[in-house]
Amino acid sequence: MSNIPDDLSYTKEHEWVAGLDDGLTVTVGVTAFAADALGDVVYVQLPDVGASVAQGDSVGEVESTKSVNEIYAPVGGEVVEVNQNVVDDPSLVNSDPYGEGWMFRVRMEGDPEDLLSPAEYTALTSGES
Amino acid sequence: MSRPTPLRDIHESLGATLTDFAGWLMPLRYGSESAEHRAVREAAGLFDLSHMGEIFVTGPQAGEALDHALVGHLSALVPGRARYTMIVNERGGVLDDLIVYRLGDEEFMVVANASNYEMVAVELKERAKAYDAVVEDRSDQYALIAVQGPRAQEILSTLTDADLDTLKYYAGLPGLVDGRRALIARTGYTGEDGFELFVANQDAVPLWHAITAAGEPFGLKPAGLSSRDTLRLEAGMPLYGNELSAELTPFDAGLGRVVKFDKPGDFVGRSALEAVKDDTPRRRLVGLVARGRRVPRHGYPVTKDGAVVGEVTSGAPSQSLGKPIAMAYVDTGADSGLAVDIRGSQEPMDVVELPFYRRNK
Repeated sequence: MSNIPDDLSYTKEHEWVAGLDDGLTVTVGVTAFAADALGDVVYVQLPDVGASVAQGDSVGEVESTKSVNEIYAPVGGEVVEVNQNVVDDPSLVNSDPYGEGWMFRVRMEGDPEDLLSPAEYTALTSGES
Repeated sequence: MSRPTPLRDIHESLGATLTDFAGWLMPLRYGSESAEHRAVREAAGLFDLSHMGEIFVTGPQAGEALDHALVGHLSALVPGRARYTMIVNERGGVLDDLIVYRLGDEEFMVVANASNYEMVAVELKERAKAYDAVVEDRSDQYALIAVQGPRAQEILSTLTDADLDTLKYYAGLPGLVDGRRALIARTGYTGEDGFELFVANQDAVPLWHAITAAGEPFGLKPAGLSSRDTLRLEAGMPLYGNELSAELTPFDAGLGRVVKFDKPGDFVGRSALEAVKDDTPRRRLVGLVARGRRVPRHGYPVTKDGAVVGEVTSGAPSQSLGKPIAMAYVDTGADSGLAVDIRGSQEPMDVVELPFYRRNK
């Protein structure tokens, strides 16, 4: 059973979103479930700081030994920060997906739709595993 | 439903990520595939390869039957030795790549890929009809466990009295490993020294445990198909379905040396292969090393000045080089200024001689 922190929101594309409560800037990463499924991550491409993104846009990619997966913006807004450490050391996605392996921060515009609660995400991933 | 190997319960107890491969439920990786890859390069890895096929050809004319059925000169093989060879169709297209062991004067074992062995067994039976030889698919009776890496011999020598020192590369001898009957073969698909142990199904679990225990002080790790694929890619070894197919002859794949025209008698595919053996193939198999960090993958187009000049057959991040690598079929003559179209972006590649990795002997 993958680790699914109960203070985050999730997407069907296996991303996590932190900091929704104050409605300002959120932090985005991929879940432990996704990291486990990918295997060793070898390459991470992130959006440019300043980029304007809409919810659901493809904004980057995560590449592992066996596969490549797109990163989708879980919320709309402006990218205000990216984690250069995870670009330099993609293994952080595997070793600490909810911490050092965070990917980017977005200053939200509007309310995101269809994010999943921890319970909903748990149900989603237990169906897939 | 995928077929499990006799070692399925062990894989599950080790927490392996299991995947369907050619209809078999196989371990993709146990933990980090990068760590498994490194273990094989630096110490040793333990692989379950029980999905491979074992087809026995026996009888007074077993060697002649294989000379007719395959492109190699198997009747010339000395008992105890093995050869890499291929089975082709009448047009010279590769149906599978094989390792053939001569176990005795009248006994050969043909090891075929999981995806092909049932077809190979049918073809061999058909092609052997005119010979005093019996073809029998015994894949269901055998498990195959490989120990690969620079410490493999030390590990195995703690479990067997067989003379591993004199066992050459591409040779096999029957022996006891942990008291169980095995064909001990010095072969592999990783670019390292190593052994493949063919054992009866019921011996697979205890043998796996014995090797795990014996290998522990040497840094042995269980290793899955993911690391096996990156290891063989670094070693420049072809994978059927990627570098080899029925649409390509051995010459197209740069492996024309396995075709033995000077052996006696006719063989399936001879006339088609003789007609093309001196041709310059339209494309040749090359190694590519990426200058960037994005990974070229199977099926991606190879481009030059925006035009498609080839196609990637296998690609992966290489641990040993620290860069993404790939094998690709590229138009003859186009060997500089190449790029791979990685999801719309032309990523520059350098062409290198295969293999990417060669062990220090």
